[in-house]
Formats: sequence, structure tokens, C-alpha cells
Amino acid sequence: MSADIIQARTPAEIFLASTFDESKARLPGNACVAKWREDAFQVFTASGLPHRRIEAWHYTDLRALMRDALPVATAPGAAVLSALREEFAATGETAAPRLVLVDGFFAPELSSGLPEGIKVSSLACVLTEGRPDLIALLSSQDLAKDLGARESIVALNAALMQDGVVIEVAPGTVLAEPVHLIHVTASPVPAAHFSRSALIIGAGASIRLAESCHAAHHAGTVPTAQANACLIVSIGDGASLAHTAMVTGTAPGSMRLETMMARLGADAKFDSFALVCGIGLVRRQIFVRFDGRGAEASLSGVSLLGGREHADTTLHVEHAAQACVSRETFKYILDEEATGVFQGKIHVAPGAQKTDGKMLSRAVLLSDMAAMNNKPELEIFADDVVCGHGATCGSLDDDQLFYLQTRGLPLPEAEALLLEAFAGELIDGLGHDGLINAFRCEVRAWLAARHKALVPPVTAGANV
Amino acid sequence: MLEVKNLSVSINGRKILDDLDLTVRDGEVAALMGPNGSGKSTLSHVIAGRKDYMVESGDILLNGESLLDLEPDVRAAKGLFLAFQYPIEIPGVATLTFLKATVNAQRKRRGQEELSTPDFMKRVKAAANKLKISQEMLKRALNVGFSGGEKKRMDILQMALLEPSFAILDETDSGLDIDALRVVAGGVNALRAPGRGFLVITHYQRLLDYVVPDTVHVMAHGRIMRSGGKELAVELEKSGYRDYNAEPAVA
Repeated sequence: MSADIIQARTPAEIFLASTFDESKARLPGNACVAKWREDAFQVFTASGLPHRRIEAWHYTDLRALMRDALPVATAPGAAVLSALREEFAATGETAAPRLVLVDGFFAPELSSGLPEGIKVSSLACVLTEGRPDLIALLSSQDLAKDLGARESIVALNAALMQDGVVIEVAPGTVLAEPVHLIHVTASPVPAAHFSRSALIIGAGASIRLAESCHAAHHAGTVPTAQANACLIVSIGDGASLAHTAMVTGTAPGSMRLETMMARLGADAKFDSFALVCGIGLVRRQIFVRFDGRGAEASLSGVSLLGGREHADTTLHVEHAAQACVSRETFKYILDEEATGVFQGKIHVAPGAQKTDGKMLSRAVLLSDMAAMNNKPELEIFADDVVCGHGATCGSLDDDQLFYLQTRGLPLPEAEALLLEAFAGELIDGLGHDGLINAFRCEVRAWLAARHKALVPPVTAGANV
Repeated sequence: MLEVKNLSVSINGRKILDDLDLTVRDGEVAALMGPNGSGKSTLSHVIAGRKDYMVESGDILLNGESLLDLEPDVRAAKGLFLAFQYPIEIPGVATLTFLKATVNAQRKRRGQEELSTPDFMKRVKAAANKLKISQEMLKRALNVGFSGGEKKRMDILQMALLEPSFAILDETDSGLDIDALRVVAGGVNALRAPGRGFLVITHYQRLLDYVVPDTVHVMAHGRIMRSGGKELAVELEKSGYRDYNAEPAVA
């Protein structure tokens, strides 16, 4: 005997329902998009916020963690945009190709330097014009369906998506320098944003996409935000994408739910690296599907967490074609009462012979109160494959620390050196000096802040 | 000067050092010999500040100052150096980065200015050449994939750069072929100075042919059983440790 348990709606769910009812008439899109939004919101309503009894969300119980939903941000005003323009001009990186989303809205006036071969439209335009090919791609949620339960967070994103960018890369375009996609949190009051972007890479093209987060400062404080962002990636035959994401710099209490769905054509190449640090709650879910033979994907990331931060990386790699290679390597450094989650599933479809998949998660716990949850899974329905997974969890090595200390490094510095090396291994493989440097700096800054909290400043010569 | 006074040390309730006394004066090279398990390596780690051991009684003084309450890095800043029997591999940390961090950390503790990069590089190159350490090796991760000889030479390089007032070499000769042994011994001899003492821990007399000691101490059952001049090492090479292996008679 079984009975469906109907849970009472949480305040956050009730608020999201009223938000959808109030805003759906104003959200961009033609009639067909409006129908898509309605259907998507029904999917969300049916399952509600994901909770611990949904397997893919077991360790990130949003029903419990998301007490309240924030009101949806409005489009940034002229004053906000001009302040941001000055801020960007001061960083002196105007030459780099740059696309900026402010509270989820594409801001063409802050974007610049797009090279030939790349066409950018705002999501709002695409939805209003209703280009069928792009709408079909944007609404392709079949990757997320593989998670078992219907992916209610992706459905919520579809229902409420305000804007985003659609980037089309012409076949054969080759760019060594990254295109930057910057997610700015600018609203002075706590707000939610829903953005959906797409990256379509033509056959034989090769580009880098560098995502980062930026918080506009309001009188020295960083506003709290709840972001729900989707990135849909299509990599054509023989094309390659090197993707990086710097998920940093929002206020405690913030939440970022990211979904990346990538499809790879034959002989395509996809590398993705993410650094997560200094943010309240992050869930990154990545769905990769190999559609053509001979493609390669490498997914990696480093999460640096302290306080009561929570970072969840959940992967689903679908080997639907033969002779594809996937590598997943994720590292966590967990301090204080932080929680790390790694869930990875490699699914090898019947007939996807010669698949080569390897998944690894490694965590260093710096405190007794920190926790790491690992759940690697392999589902293999082909008989000629090489697949493996591993997970390690531990503290820093005592012998290494002692060795460094006997050479004169105080314990916190010895720890920082080992931790930077642990995180740096993945960063050094990015193959682009500017990006390596930027990520290394971010790791160093995190370690330095931790170091400062551990040791009060001493004057030179003290203790000797 | 290093003074170990009535030192008793245990680990998990098992006594390893038993009321040990040992003094090594400035400028002196003291050899510490003894059979396996006599407590030689434990002594070196306790002096350097390893926390796994329980110091039950006694004291360790460096230049008249007790080390027991000090962290390993503070002991290093006060002039102590330990060359490891098995130097530890540190993946992901470039050797040069590490060397610069250690040299400057110690200078900072001693209230000295940090070295500029050109000054530091000049010192490293000079010291590395003497020890036949290539520039390529300095760029690799510290000790990772180094041969046994390379690891030992790297430890001696660190000693040369850190200029300790007292150095302990814990079985630096183990795992070395005769050529590597000569290079390492040459590195040690180059650092012999009136203000610098050495405690050279070894099983064999071979190293002592190259690094000639002023005094030789034989250790067994956690204490010094006999002390003498360099001729004691030669005698041990002939007779072995059989005279020292028996449990000490109960007094």
C-alpha cells in the first residue's frame, strides 16, 4: 500500500506562485513561449522545491534551506548602469570581449569588443521574435529529465526567465582569447534573478567562455541575491569549448542555482572548470550528453568553503555515442561548518562502446565540523568500456606539514602552501595565463583571509 | 651548542628515550651511531619539534634556550635544521617557490629584510651548483619524482640557504651511492664552521670517512651507552653492535 504524500507548500513556494501569476503577462515571449512558461510552472508546482527525498537533491534540501523566496529583480536603471560602466572602465579590461548580465538582464551598453564570427542576441529578443530553432534549443530539457525526478529548478527557471544572452559562433571561428560573461548583482535590495543563456558553437569552431560574478557595492555592503541561471551549450562536430566559471563574491545568505546543459557533436571537445568560493549556497548541476562519436569532455572544479557555506556539484554525463572520453575531477577545501556535496553519474547507453570515463572527488577537511558528501555512480549498459570513480576525504598530511614547519614556515603558512598546491593543480591545466593568474589570485585571497582569521598579526622579530 | 638533558620520551606509553644526555658544542661534529630501533630518529624528531611524542622529563637547549615549548618553525628560526632520512614529497609546490618562502619566513622571524628575487636567485644558483643540482630540478615540484640522491642533495641545499647554527643529519647517507655520498658529504663539509654544530646520525662508518666527526656516541635502548673519538666508529664497524644489543641490566 502506498500513499502520495502531499506536502504543505512552503512560504517560498507560495511566494513563487504569486510571483509567477503577477509577472507572467510582462515576461518576454510570444504565445508559444507563454505556453512553455505555463507548462514549466506546472512542472514546478507539481513537485515544488526539491527536497531530500528527491535523490538528486538529497544533500541540498532546498525546501529546508530556502526559507523565503526573494522578489524578482527589476531591470537595472540608468544610474546603476552608468555606475557599473565606470567600475568596469576602472578595471582597464575594456578590450576583452565582454557580455554583461545585470541582475539577469543583458546590458548591451556594458558589453564590448565582440570579435567577428560571434553573434549575440538578448534572450528577451529571441523569445519575443520566436525563432523556432533557438526556442527549440532553449527549451530542450530532455537532458535534465535523465535525473529521474523532473528537474523543478530548471522548470522554475523556464517559467520566470527574464533575460540572458544567446551567443552564436559561426562555423570555423577560432578565438584564443576568452569571451567574458559577467553576472552582476546590482539590485540594492535583496532580489532574485532568473536568467537563461545559450551558446551555440558551429562545426569546427573553437572558443573560450569565461563566466564570472561581480557584486556592485552599495555603501560598502554587498546585496543578498537568489540567482537561478541556466546555460545551454551546443558544441558542433569538431568544435571545441573551453569554459571557466568564477563563482565568487556575493553576500552571506545568497544562493546561486546554476544549470549547464551541454551537447557534444562528433569529435567535439569540451573543458569546463569552476571555482566556487565566498558564496552562501551554491548548487551547480551539469548535464553533458555525447551525441557523436569520438568527443571528449573534461569537467573540473574547486570549492573553497568556510562558515556555513554549502556547495553542491551534481553531474550527469550521458555517453550516448561510441568512443567518447569523459574526465570529472572535483576538489573541495572545507573549513569551519561548511558542507560540500559531490554527486556524479556516468551513464553509458547500450551501444556506446569504447567509452572511457573517470570520475574523482577529493576533499580536504580543515575542521571537525565540516562535512563532505560524495555520491559517485556508474550506470553501464555497454560491455566494452573503461569506467572508474574514486573519492577521497581527509585532512592535510602531518608529515608534509612537519617538514614545511621544520624549514621555518609557521603552521598556517605551511597549510596555505599545501592547500594552494591542492587547488592549483586543476587551475594550472587551464592553458591560458590570464585565467590561471585570475583563479590563482582568488585562491590566494581566500587562503590569506583564512590565515588572517587564524593568526593575529605579529610584529617582525617577535617570538625570537 | 645543543644540550639534551635527562630526556625521557614515550609514544603510546612505550618509552623510546630513557634519561638521555648529550651535548654537542659549537663547531663540533658529533656522530650518533647505534642499532636499528635504538631511538636515534626519534631523538632527531623530538629535537625538531614533532608532536607525536610525549616528552616525560628532561630538556633540550639550543644555545642555552629551551626548545621544548616552541613550535617547529620557531625552532628553525632559532637556528635548528633537520635533514630528513626520507625528505617529504610536496606535490604542486615548485621547489624554488618553496625555497623562497622558507628563506623569507626565517628572515622575517629573525627581524631581517626579505631577500629580493635577484639576490635570492644568486644565492640559490651558487649553492645549487656546488651540490650539482640543475635549474630544471629547481623548477619541479619539491622532491616529487626525485631520486634518493636528489632528495638528499635538496635537503643539503636547504641547509646551505637557511644557514642554521645547529644541524641534525638523520641517516643522510641511507640510499646513496658512493658518488652521491661524496657530493652530499662535500656539501656538509663546506658548511662546517666554528659557530655551527652538527649531529650526524648514521648506521655505518662509511659517511664518517667523508664527514670526519670530532666525537662519536653510541646509542642503544634510548640512551647513550658509550662516547669517544672518531676511532670508536672504526671499532664499531669491526665489532658491530652486539655489545649494545642486550637489554641493560637492572640496577
